[in-house]
Amino acid sequence: MNADKVLDAKGLACPMPIVKTRKEMKDMESGQILEILATDKGAKADMTAWAKSGGHELLETQEEGDVLRFWIKKG
Amino acid sequence: MTVKAMTAKEVARKVIDNEPLFILDVRNGDAFADWKIEGGNIQYLNTPYFDLLDGVEEVVSELPKDRDILVVCAKEGSSVMVAEMLDEEGVDAAYLEGGMKAWSEHLEPVKVGDLKNGGELYQFVRIGKGCLSYMAISDGEAAIIDATRMTDIFLDFAQEKGAETKHVFDTHLHADHISGGRQIAEATGATYYLPPADAEEVVFDYAELADGLEVAIGDAKIKIEALYSPGHTIGSTSFIVDDQYLMTGDILFIDSIGRPDLAGLAEDWVGDLRESLYSRYAELADELIVLPAHFMIMDELNADGSVAKKLGDLFKENHGLNIEDEQEFRDMVTKNLPPQPNAYQDIRSTNMGKITPDEEVQREMEIGPNRCAVR
Repeated sequence: MNADKVLDAKGLACPMPIVKTRKEMKDMESGQILEILATDKGAKADMTAWAKSGGHELLETQEEGDVLRFWIKKG
Repeated sequence: MTVKAMTAKEVARKVIDNEPLFILDVRNGDAFADWKIEGGNIQYLNTPYFDLLDGVEEVVSELPKDRDILVVCAKEGSSVMVAEMLDEEGVDAAYLEGGMKAWSEHLEPVKVGDLKNGGELYQFVRIGKGCLSYMAISDGEAAIIDATRMTDIFLDFAQEKGAETKHVFDTHLHADHISGGRQIAEATGATYYLPPADAEEVVFDYAELADGLEVAIGDAKIKIEALYSPGHTIGSTSFIVDDQYLMTGDILFIDSIGRPDLAGLAEDWVGDLRESLYSRYAELADELIVLPAHFMIMDELNADGSVAKKLGDLFKENHGLNIEDEQEFRDMVTKNLPPQPNAYQDIRSTNMGKITPDEEVQREMEIGPNRCAVR
């Protein structure tokens, strides 16, 4: 999936993956897609819940080994 | 400014002593709904940390001034951040050290009673997950039943008591938590017993736990007697310890009974469950003190934090032991079952030795309540 921006949050523990994602999102335009890489397992549920609460759309989640990848479209 | 930590042990004491506490749980709504710190005198507010990143002003007005405030998250990080933000607003709040992971792993040892010929029986209350393990100690020897994977707690406790662990038992192949039995046996040279009917697929050596098996610990010969009682699993076995205590595993709890569906088909085992409860247990002495492998609700705890009640009282008070109609019983334990424990298939595979996840993965697998009962 094509992303407008990629955020590497690997190795960061909660709450940092969401804190950084949120910060990146602020600088993006509505409709743009941010790809996030994270290793914190809790990010899976939290990214889903955060996107929903912030009015963004979680387009896809993939898991490759220890790395979680998220694609979120800014709402 | 650094904020105060509260340990899982401190929270456990507050829960057991029914002290007031206000919990600001900053995990996401689903995680909170699935599983939280339970207690009779706890008030809650669930606001996910990601909704507080712009500031905590909106929750400050909802926090009480007359009780301790504890911020809780999954692993600690977010709760520290939120507690610091509260501190900046002039609110005194602690965070739970190690988060819900530490809460899930905390074991509180509670003495259940003395053994007749000298010796003691301890219950290890895993208060966050509702698991109960046991250690009988007599004359420098110990037996451990249904140990959790936090094996150091048992090994250290036995060492403190100057006891050598001789026998390690699991009442059945657990589906809600990872057993520490095999590791303890390996570390101490003790014999590890499993019911063979539950162990058909295990990939390691074990001793067969058979109906009528008797072992003794200590010079005083404290007797531990196995009683085959299938129903939760096909191999489920109870223990009578010292002719005083009945360890029921996941067959009979204080306020509920075991569910028959976690290792096979509920329909197939419901008859076994009924026979174990209504025939086998009914023949035992009313004075036996029932010690289950789980509790589901805080009301099942006694004032001292133990989970124990006389068998005779359970035959009077436990709804699951008082359903005369067999079809009604069948319906209760096969229909409207609660959700299955998280990752229960992987937990069973781990307990069979088929997979060996690392510690972090084991922790994740055990997140959530035990859900072994039907009520």
